[in-house]
Amino acid sequence: MIGHRRFSRDRHGRIRPGLQGPERDLLRMLPRQALELVDHDEPTARRLFPVAYPDDAGAQAEYHEMMGGQLLEHHRQALDTLAATVDAATVELDDLQVWLGAVEVLRLVLGTQLDVSEDMAAVPAADPRADQFTVYQYLSMLQDEIVDALAAALPGPGGGGPGPEPSG
Amino acid sequence: MSGPLTEAQPVEVEVPEGGQDVRPDRPWLVIVWNDPINLMSYVTYVFQKLFGYSREKATKLMLDVHHKGRAVVTSGPRERAELDVFRLHEHGLWATMEQSS
Repeated sequence: MIGHRRFSRDRHGRIRPGLQGPERDLLRMLPRQALELVDHDEPTARRLFPVAYPDDAGAQAEYHEMMGGQLLEHHRQALDTLAATVDAATVELDDLQVWLGAVEVLRLVLGTQLDVSEDMAAVPAADPRADQFTVYQYLSMLQDEIVDALAAALPGPGGGGPGPEPSG
Repeated sequence: MSGPLTEAQPVEVEVPEGGQDVRPDRPWLVIVWNDPINLMSYVTYVFQKLFGYSREKATKLMLDVHHKGRAVVTSGPRERAELDVFRLHEHGLWATMEQSS
């Protein structure tokens, strides 16, 4: 797989995802599993909803009340979109942004389940978490490749994007 | 502003007669914390995309998060800071906000 670029752009600027069959199977299955965890408010899904006001319980409750639903919907849509579009022959840059968000959600959930540490490079093959860790590492590589493709399209030196995203 | 805000800048103020303090509200700081899951490349990209930062500035902030455990990535009025925190949460980053002291 080394040197294989999964997200090269065609001459119309569209992305042609070079995903193998087993990768696509995985990327259809994982979003469904993650959505179940989210819907059942499993502890491993709580990393998806960080605390904005760690020192002010009242303000935090207000923030969660106001934004929690929107955040949940954002994550849910990203996961749904990834599962629904993973077989497409071409996707637009905007779709790839959504894929990036979905892969992020999957990594947060899996990383929390695995209780990963920053310098965790491998788990022994006999470890019951070995398969899950392999999936986690695959998602890390996939995310890195998506970031590469999207960063190349950012405006500014080295990027060929149309302009900055409005920040409001 | 070329680097990260690590503390509030001092503000010179005129104190009117009567001694009433008319300093503007202290700004809110948006802080991103280090976590073991998010990739360095991803965090840098999110800073570039959300805040329009150059690759250099975004990388410096990411390294601050990585090495110092946290970095102030934006600051401003409370509503603005809360929106930035929310956008960071949408992108899976561990962001909090606090009023500068």
